[in-house]
Amino acid sequence: MLRNKLMAPLGFILAFLLTWEAGVRLTGIQPWLLPAPGRVAVTLWDMLPLLARHSQNTLLAAAAGLLAAVLVALALAALMDFSPWVRQGIYPLLVISQTVPIISVAPLFMIWFGLGILPKVVVVALVCFFPVAVSMVEGMEAADPDMVNLLRVMGFSRWQIIRLVRFPAAMPSFFAGLKIAGTYAVMGAVIGEWLGARSGLGVFMTRATHAYQLDRVFAAIVIISLVSLLIYALIEFFARLAMPWYFNERGND
Amino acid sequence: MTLEILLEDVAKSYRMNGVSLPVLDGVSLQVEEKEFVSLIGPSGCGKSTLFNIICGLTEPDRGRVLLGGRAGVRAGEAVSYMPQKDLLLPWRTVLDNVVLARRATREDSRAVKKEAMELMPLFGLSGFENSYPAELSGGMRQRAALMRTVLARRRVLLLDEPFGALDAITRNRMQQWLLQVWDNFRQAVLFVTHDIDEAIFLADRVYVLTPRPARVCLHLNIDLPRPRQVEMVTTERFLALKKQIMRALQYGAG
Repeated sequence: MLRNKLMAPLGFILAFLLTWEAGVRLTGIQPWLLPAPGRVAVTLWDMLPLLARHSQNTLLAAAAGLLAAVLVALALAALMDFSPWVRQGIYPLLVISQTVPIISVAPLFMIWFGLGILPKVVVVALVCFFPVAVSMVEGMEAADPDMVNLLRVMGFSRWQIIRLVRFPAAMPSFFAGLKIAGTYAVMGAVIGEWLGARSGLGVFMTRATHAYQLDRVFAAIVIISLVSLLIYALIEFFARLAMPWYFNERGND
Repeated sequence: MTLEILLEDVAKSYRMNGVSLPVLDGVSLQVEEKEFVSLIGPSGCGKSTLFNIICGLTEPDRGRVLLGGRAGVRAGEAVSYMPQKDLLLPWRTVLDNVVLARRATREDSRAVKKEAMELMPLFGLSGFENSYPAELSGGMRQRAALMRTVLARRRVLLLDEPFGALDAITRNRMQQWLLQVWDNFRQAVLFVTHDIDEAIFLADRVYVLTPRPARVCLHLNIDLPRPRQVEMVTTERFLALKKQIMRALQYGAG
């Protein structure tokens, strides 16, 4: 089963890379316009120590930003669930905040927070916050009202009911949102670095682009994809850890 | 004898699109200590509203609700409620679900769990303590929900059509088993059902409600001996009681 599931995507990727390689060789296109995948692979191998060093900063910004987004989103979701007044006030602001293009305000963070890691963390947090917060709030709303009433009759307080019913009920939805946010996180960090930084994958890419070293740009893209996949897998792992009941249930169907 | 539940002339209407919709029209009933009382009525007659009023989730427009013979007792301290759906928390194991009500009272959770483990065989859940609700059959989920209700250790159990979703055979078995459990704990029970046989078979007394707005139209003592046997449902006495209830349900009067 697993082998069949892996075969199809691997086959397509291989076919794609082979077509690309053949296309580049047959047309004789210049590497500064489009490098062949084989050349990118060689560059990737040669640059690996340097890429690893740049990745550290990017990964740190992505992880810190994602974590900050999750913490703020959880706190805000609980607060919005607790008070309809807060919810009515904040929810529209959340949606409106999404209409502001992050890329246009990111330079402001450079002015406010300098060239260090902080402005990148802020960019990542802003990008990741919305999917996590919305999925958490809607997940908590989806909790069975009869279940909430039952616990009220038992004598539980509102905070206890949030902890015992609403938070766990929101977990499947929360992790769905977190997966989206996780794939955005590295991208957010790279965008932050484009605008100004001393090191990081974004800096590496900007320098390579300016020098028309497109093989290096592609090598960085491969690293970004791999790191994003890793974050995705990590979130899936935590989801299974946090919701054994959910995966048991689906396994039985 | 303590009067565990006393409802006097309880009335309630809801406003729907600006129109007042009466649901309860002066319901009076009582449940005494250690008594098993069935409440039967056509579907949609307002039984859920009645339960919500007893549980303190809804305020009546008129009338008195006394729990444990006193006014102002918080419902959660006097009654333990089992809704139609089992409402087991999917993210808690069977053991963690059945002890839930006692968590609200901040009791020592290890002692409560020990008590629960000792009761698992009676509820037919031995070996499933650490399973999640999704892994149980419908009958087992109902038993777990009842165990959660009983283990709350309140003086009254409110059971809202607990066996409504089960097939007839499982249902019969569950009824006998429920009487066995009740015999063990002797909490007072108010049992809502649509099934006339079930109402008579289980109870000491039966209240029959009219269609909405609900009033009590018949109040019957069930003088069948205990312990109840399955064959009793074919005796003349049983059929005579059944006929009376059928008539009340049809014509709205004894």
